[in-house]
Amino acid sequence: MKTPDKQPGFEKSLERLEAIVQEMESGTMSLDKMMKHFEEGMGLVKFCSEKLNEVEHKIEILVKKNGQMTAEPFAAPEADTAPDKETENI
Amino acid sequence: MPQPKIYRVAEITRLIKTVLEDEVGEIWIEGELSNFRKPSSGHCYFTLKDAAAQIAAVMFRGNQRNLQFQPADGMMVRVFGQVSVYEKSGQYQVIVRQIILSGQGALQAAFEALKKKLADEGLFDPSRKKPLPLLPRHIGIVTSPTGAAIRDILNILTRRFPNLHIVLAPVRVQGAGAGADIAAAIDALNAWGGLEVLIVGRGGGSLEDLWCFNEEIVARAIARSALPIISAVGHEIDFTISDFVADLRAPTPSAAAELVVREKAEFEAQLRESARRLARSLQQQFLGLQHRLLAVSRSHVFREPAYVAQRYRDRIDRLGLQMRHGLENIFRERQQITDDLSLRLVRQMREWQRLRAMDIKRLALLLNGINPLAVLDRGYSITCRQDGGILKDAGQVTPGAKVVTRLSKGTFESEVV
Repeated sequence: MKTPDKQPGFEKSLERLEAIVQEMESGTMSLDKMMKHFEEGMGLVKFCSEKLNEVEHKIEILVKKNGQMTAEPFAAPEADTAPDKETENI
Repeated sequence: MPQPKIYRVAEITRLIKTVLEDEVGEIWIEGELSNFRKPSSGHCYFTLKDAAAQIAAVMFRGNQRNLQFQPADGMMVRVFGQVSVYEKSGQYQVIVRQIILSGQGALQAAFEALKKKLADEGLFDPSRKKPLPLLPRHIGIVTSPTGAAIRDILNILTRRFPNLHIVLAPVRVQGAGAGADIAAAIDALNAWGGLEVLIVGRGGGSLEDLWCFNEEIVARAIARSALPIISAVGHEIDFTISDFVADLRAPTPSAAAELVVREKAEFEAQLRESARRLARSLQQQFLGLQHRLLAVSRSHVFREPAYVAQRYRDRIDRLGLQMRHGLENIFRERQQITDDLSLRLVRQMREWQRLRAMDIKRLALLLNGINPLAVLDRGYSITCRQDGGILKDAGQVTPGAKVVTRLSKGTFESEVV
């Protein structure tokens, strides 16, 4: 059992970033506020980019072993060994 | 002449049984249900017949949990099972593992009945649909490990997003027990933990092949799943019950892979574009200030101390250059759009702002020097006649005359003696 990965707010961060960009483009801000926004926006860009790269590529298959579920590495079937239709007795 | 082999009854019966089981194996048989009965043992006994023949069949209790409908005499059905021999009575019969209604009409009827039942329970309500995560990075898949579906899904997912964590729960996707497999796999992936969304499906096939996705046991498993589910049954036109219960329906497994996550490159482009727009806004603001500052520094008051204006111009030019370099760097480093360059740019801007504030203070001092009243702050005073004329010469007053003296703060009157 793994602990759930809550991925704190990628979606929210992206929304906030979008809002900041729009507010900044409205162009009615003091320089100071603008720089604060710029800084926050760039921080969000960085955070989101990290989220995109955080997870390691891994393909696993669940296998029941002694009544316990475990995950093992899985390789996709080759095109020539896998018929288009599902086979019986899988 | 050799003696012919003489079999005992049990022996020949076992031989017949072996031949039947090995040669015929597991098969589908279509026919009309008749003489259906279910004694207290819970096993179902019936006969399958058509116009020319009939065959005995038994469905043991353990195989009945996947039954989609209540069998009754006269129904056209397809049974899946093994032809075998009941040795005690010497009769052959089909050991049935699955019964489905045959014929489009009958299947359709069963489909519509289940659909109505589940719809009435509210299982298809839009309010039940769970939103899909924008960026799922841990994805569970319920399908056959050997089919085309898993191959297509993995190909597309890996192409669109090279670093995903994928967990496959292998199941049978047709035939007896497939529905129970699929339902158990959905539960297992929910229990596994850490996953964010599930794809449940298989490649295309006949209506019968896809039937497990019309089973109630699968619909219920989808409905109780805490994780959002995309159904992906490869039959573009027809909907399955699973499609209705799922949070999102994809017409094929490939389509599901495309729906589950946006391309990583698309996310990256969006982030790059945001960074570019942020920097451009800041730059425009900067240019506006630069323009205003230049205008001020060229104005009459500041033209005199020309070095101040010149220093401004130099600094502005330098900062403008640094800023352009900073921005160019941001966009040059495609993979590192978020590295410290942006923060360096902010530091540069802050420094520029700090220096500008200092310069403004200095300019204010300078202005103060030009203001004739400023000298009063240093203890000087100005004395005027009562008519307001400023006294610059002692000869301008005579004893007894009243004068007004102006200090840094306030004025007072005095008499010349």
